[in-house]
Amino acid sequence: MRTARDIALKLIGDPSAALGLLIIVALVAVAVLAPLIATHPEAVWDMNPRDRLLPPSETYLFGTDRMGADIFSRILFGARITLTIAIVAVGAALMIGVPIGLISGWCGNWLGEALLRVSDIFLAVPQIVLAIAISQTLGPSIENVILALSVTYWPWFTRLVHAEVRALRHETFIEAAIALGVPTWRIVLLHVLPSVLSPIIVRTSIGMGFTILTASALGFLGLGAPPPAPEWGRMISEAREFLPEAWWSALAPGLAIFLVVMGFNLLGDGLRDVLDPRIRRGNPGR
Amino acid sequence: MRIAALILVRVAWLAPTLAGLVAIVFVISRVIPSDPVALLAGETASRAQIELLRQKLGLDRPLPRQLLDYYGQLARGDLGTSLFTTRAVWDDLSARLPATMELTIAAMILAVALGIPLGVVAALYRNRPTDHALRVVSVAGLALASFWLALMLQLFFAMDLRWLPLQARITGFPPPPITGFYVIDAVLEGNFKRLGDVFAHLILPAVTLAIPALATVVRFTRAGVLETLQRPFVTYQRAMGIPAGLIVWKYVLRNSLVSTVTQIGLLFGILLAGAVVIETVFQWPGIGAYAFEAILHSDYAAVMGFTVYAGVVFGIVNLIVDILHAVLDPRGTAA
Repeated sequence: MRTARDIALKLIGDPSAALGLLIIVALVAVAVLAPLIATHPEAVWDMNPRDRLLPPSETYLFGTDRMGADIFSRILFGARITLTIAIVAVGAALMIGVPIGLISGWCGNWLGEALLRVSDIFLAVPQIVLAIAISQTLGPSIENVILALSVTYWPWFTRLVHAEVRALRHETFIEAAIALGVPTWRIVLLHVLPSVLSPIIVRTSIGMGFTILTASALGFLGLGAPPPAPEWGRMISEAREFLPEAWWSALAPGLAIFLVVMGFNLLGDGLRDVLDPRIRRGNPGR
Repeated sequence: MRIAALILVRVAWLAPTLAGLVAIVFVISRVIPSDPVALLAGETASRAQIELLRQKLGLDRPLPRQLLDYYGQLARGDLGTSLFTTRAVWDDLSARLPATMELTIAAMILAVALGIPLGVVAALYRNRPTDHALRVVSVAGLALASFWLALMLQLFFAMDLRWLPLQARITGFPPPPITGFYVIDAVLEGNFKRLGDVFAHLILPAVTLAIPALATVVRFTRAGVLETLQRPFVTYQRAMGIPAGLIVWKYVLRNSLVSTVTQIGLLFGILLAGAVVIETVFQWPGIGAYAFEAILHSDYAAVMGFTVYAGVVFGIVNLIVDILHAVLDPRGTAA
């Protein structure tokens, strides 16, 4: 049994996973400490027309936007929105998706089949299409974006857990537990769930990155947090009309999205290598 | 026969799946305390105006009744009327589908034509600098926000260098459509000047759209080739002295591609999702740009119609992929 310490050491030993972890730690730190790090915390929401659309300089590291707000400070505060959306949406998707996956995977009967069919409905269109429909009907706000993303992301967890549980169902240790008369809830929670935890963790990391991308796209389309919230996707869409002159106002938020999503993807890949023995078998060189 | 059964089962499932999709959006929009009518009417509307609009839209009736009405409408192939264009949503979307399909197919060709060779190369040079470089590129490709990449490419290639057109499908007014696919139309008319123009307009959006799909193809091909390389037949062929190039590019690749075909459905999902967003950046007159305009105008029927329409298109593409897969790989396809 590998301990959490072994896993952590292995992760840090893998350069790309370590980089991913570093990016995420930095993101969390930036989100928490935004008011302290921001060079112009007062200029995140206030209008400052005299300083509008200034190029990057020592005063304004990433330049200013059309309101004269400091883009660097706005990005730092935007990290809070990004992180909140990703954590709450993926967390909710986990809480809906994993139990449904456990039930549908364990009960091979009509109930399992029905639950799977319901999750199929949500996968009948690309996530962003359904998310657009939901957030459009609800109106633009961060809460509605979170709702739209959780409602559209949980089936991915259900599918994953379902497939894993089906594969586990006839493993010797599970059959032994059934033969010993262990109550079903105990088997599922104490024997099945821990065994499917690894793929869930990997999927969570990659799902965070994916959710951030989708959330920023919703923001770009005008469905996210209403202005003047420093939401990265919306910042890019607001910068559009000032291209090509004020190129900096579109550059920085896009790089921020890229960096953060890259962090979650790298960590996810690293976790997959460390946690999933099947991948390692097919990849003996590592 | 087996394939006919597959088609039947899948087509039979499409209707309830779409019905479920509609029900989800309906229920969510009503359970949450938010008023689409008030949104639609605007902030200045009076209470009476809102009520009048509510009655006109049939939104004053009970939810199950509204849902049934909408199903009845859908069964007649009626997606409702767009409040903004005042045309049938189905006609609007169908007129715009060729633009989206042309873009999606161009991106798909780019992603597959570049992604498969790169994936094979990555597998052959596993854990060497080439593989690491390709991995960085493919991880990065999946982390880019497509709308941002689109803007950056526009900024560089269209605004700064002026090599490529900024947006739209064609210079000037669109020609009367034959198929609606401008590339095919230009070839049919033998108008090669226009063909060049159409290609120039296609490059930036297709490249933007292809990048995440390309990253996915590289990853899947790499994994598939690595797995196939370990199979006994490869060892046998090597022992027989068959040239390494022939083994890899013919026998190994053919055996690895079955899994790649399965991913085409997934790829199409990535591409369709991407198209929705980047069409608005490139003013590409497809269904994605239509959805964006519908959002801007709070055009409820159009957004809803777009969702159903995307479900139909997506369902048909996935069905075609499944049939293709059943033909290519007859093992273990349970309908």
